[in-house]
Amino acid sequence: MNPELTAIRGPIVKPALRRFHQARWDEPIIFELSRPGRRGILVPEAEPRMKAAVGDPMAGIPDNMRRREPPRLPELSQPQVVRHYLRLSQENLGADLNIDVGQGTCTMKYSPKIHEQLARLPEVADLHPLQDEATVQGILEIMYRFEQILKEISGMERFSLQPRAGSAAIYAAASMIRAYHESRGEAGRRDEIVTTIFSHPSDAACAATAGFKVLTLYPDDDGYPDIGALKAALSGRTAGLMITNPEDTGIFNPRIREFVDLVHDAGGLCFYDQANANGILGITRAREAGFDLCHFNLHKTFSTPHGCGGPAVGALGATADLAGFLPVPLIEWDGRRYRLDYDRPESIGKVNAFYGVPPVVLKAYAWVMSLGAEGLREVAEIAVLNNNYLLRKMLAIRGVSAPYARGRHRIEQVRYSWKQLADETGVHSEQIGLRAADFGVHYWTSHHPYIVPEPCTLEPTESYAREELDEYAAILAHVAEEAYNNPEIVRSAPHNSTVHTIDHSVFDDPEKWAVTWRAYLRKHGVKQG
Amino acid sequence: MESARKKLGLIVNPIAGLGGRVGLKGSDGAEIQRRAIELGAVPEAPRRAREAIERLRSAAGRFDLVTCPAEMGEASAAACGFAPAVVGSIRPGSTTAEDTRRAAAGMLRMGVDLLLFAGGDGTARDICDAIGVALPALGIPAGVKIHSAVFATSPAAAGELAAAYLLGRAARLREAEVMDLDEEALRAGVLAPRLYGCLRIPYESSLVQGLKVPSAAGEAASLSAVAAAVAERMEEDCLYVLGPGTTTRAVAERLGLRKTLAGVDVVTRREVLAADAGEAEILRLIRGKRVKIVVTPIGGQGCIFGRGNQQISPAVIAAVGRENIIVAATPEKLQALGGRPLWVDTGDPETNRLLAGHVRVVTGHREEAVVRVSG
Repeated sequence: MNPELTAIRGPIVKPALRRFHQARWDEPIIFELSRPGRRGILVPEAEPRMKAAVGDPMAGIPDNMRRREPPRLPELSQPQVVRHYLRLSQENLGADLNIDVGQGTCTMKYSPKIHEQLARLPEVADLHPLQDEATVQGILEIMYRFEQILKEISGMERFSLQPRAGSAAIYAAASMIRAYHESRGEAGRRDEIVTTIFSHPSDAACAATAGFKVLTLYPDDDGYPDIGALKAALSGRTAGLMITNPEDTGIFNPRIREFVDLVHDAGGLCFYDQANANGILGITRAREAGFDLCHFNLHKTFSTPHGCGGPAVGALGATADLAGFLPVPLIEWDGRRYRLDYDRPESIGKVNAFYGVPPVVLKAYAWVMSLGAEGLREVAEIAVLNNNYLLRKMLAIRGVSAPYARGRHRIEQVRYSWKQLADETGVHSEQIGLRAADFGVHYWTSHHPYIVPEPCTLEPTESYAREELDEYAAILAHVAEEAYNNPEIVRSAPHNSTVHTIDHSVFDDPEKWAVTWRAYLRKHGVKQG
Repeated sequence: MESARKKLGLIVNPIAGLGGRVGLKGSDGAEIQRRAIELGAVPEAPRRAREAIERLRSAAGRFDLVTCPAEMGEASAAACGFAPAVVGSIRPGSTTAEDTRRAAAGMLRMGVDLLLFAGGDGTARDICDAIGVALPALGIPAGVKIHSAVFATSPAAAGELAAAYLLGRAARLREAEVMDLDEEALRAGVLAPRLYGCLRIPYESSLVQGLKVPSAAGEAASLSAVAAAVAERMEEDCLYVLGPGTTTRAVAERLGLRKTLAGVDVVTRREVLAADAGEAEILRLIRGKRVKIVVTPIGGQGCIFGRGNQQISPAVIAAVGRENIIVAATPEKLQALGGRPLWVDTGDPETNRLLAGHVRVVTGHREEAVVRVSG
């Protein structure tokens, strides 16, 4: 505290923990707000001359492709829509609102607002993917330059910026592994991909989607991927290894080079999933560990930001030997102009439409250029420092532990366990996360696998100051003490949030879940009018 | 529309939890019971039953309670302000397992909607004998040893779940395992429960197990994927020795075969050759044939050979060969081991050594886990 300011204003007395209270609007689903005939915009009738000039606009659409009835969209006025979404936003704990370290594995770093403004400039926002190359030289130059940056960070020979998500890049990598074995006449024989249980779950899922059989290695007693299991898994059927390092436990596999060599000896390729790259930027490189392929999530590591499944880029890199298989287009510079190269005969083709998501690449490029090479390394160093600082604070809290690699440092995240606290108090990890929401922060337990009992995964990134990490740890310490002294207040939490309890039993029930309103109505037996 | 009033059956095993050893050495219970009381043991079950019944008060007036006389239910219910219908007769002070079985069978005949019982693993086995999966049931944990999955996490949770079920809020049912203690292993100082049977229990994830484990529906989907994956790789002209468990039973069901839950069965893709076979019969059937073994680890402890499937003896394993052993488990089951390895204890050190190392476990369609086995 500034002593002069204190002298003038007196000490500012605030409670040790915030008394946060969230808005509660009981806001209906937007479909339930719909009233027939309400409109946001009334589109004027076209002028007769224009009508005459255009003719019947439907004439060119084949009969079997025409809608018989209009889509069932909600019908509302503009202010109703604005209020609806503003209310929903107040019923949320967004990344700009809370100390967002509780979404471990998601790398919720701060994304500079000025980069958003940059991406919204008409020169970027109004670009159309079908524009002639000659008219988009600027954005192609940025994409080309960004590829050079990724090459330097990873040691790879070429990158494709075409995949629009981490999983799209990982799927493309699996497809490249298949294409490589096909090119050697081994496609039918090599049909097994090896991964580890604490790797990014997309590695197993994307390999399966690409048609491979998936072998998952379980950890050894120290939490490292079991090299004995790897040896048992490898054979003439091995197509490749798809692995994350550090894994979702925050533990770096020090034998990664051995893993790669064993897989190469068995005739397989190695893909490095760099979803957890935030702690190793400028420190280790995929190529030096011997990998053939790697990817980066620009929306995690490169601050573009992590958009809840929104537009993203999974940048996919390859060595010189494998670059021919990368998704098209690659961006070429002939000394005079930039062009999109689709003419790559060995390529697996496109994994999305067009040539990627240029605004995301632009934001990542701006981020790297504002930091410089030394700055990137500093990002990794601060992310690791923040994480290990929080680890020390967490381990001082009663009832929590960090399973595996005891006494060792972690890279950029830690999967903690509240098992001791749960055993001693009957309070579960999920309930602690919900009680933390009463103080304006949250965590989600963890995504699968559920091997670590009563888990919570914290990843502070480089974006938080020491006092913010102190506040976060103080909240969890307070909640842990409540669990021991007044467990009911934790069990019945949150008390100051919008939604108090949800029924977990239907989360993974294919008969009940619904990602669209139409599916909801169908699965819950509501007749559609 | 008829809106029938729900009927809840309640059975309290008053001696459950009366000193650890009583529950474990079931048959001569009366004698040990007396000794336990002499040693100052206090009956735990009635108190725990009351904790559960307390939670039913919110639903009082919306269901009928049927129970057994005196300490087998009537007393606990009355203490919580209920006036239950009382059926059957007992000799107060000297109830037996037979009383539990008879009461449960009576509840089944009456057609109660849910049978709530207070006890331990032994009580669950008696209930299982009497009603199988014909009637939804739920255990109030009151015994010393609770290894079965048919119990709620606490007496209060049992009451809440029963109320939710009666009011139609938790309408889903799942099959849950009733465990038996391997007394032979127990004498050797190893606590190794094995599968005894199943009850159908109402399900709500937070009340029957820790939060954030997949729901009954998710688990069922995984199980059906594992069963399909094993079934599709089963060949004609090959015999399969199927170990005990719901996983192997699901494999058999996939092929349209009926498998015993707790026994070892020998099957082909088309027929069951022997149900609940012993070692000698297995050896006779597989002699000179192509044969594979399908086993699943015991949930929560990870044993694949030597607990509850001793019929698949070292001699059987030697005849079949390690390369012809298929281990199958849902990812949920493997993950619930918390990173501990699978293990074998066949009684023969040489066989244990043969099986130790790493094994591929079928975990779904074209999905396998590579897991360590300690011998």
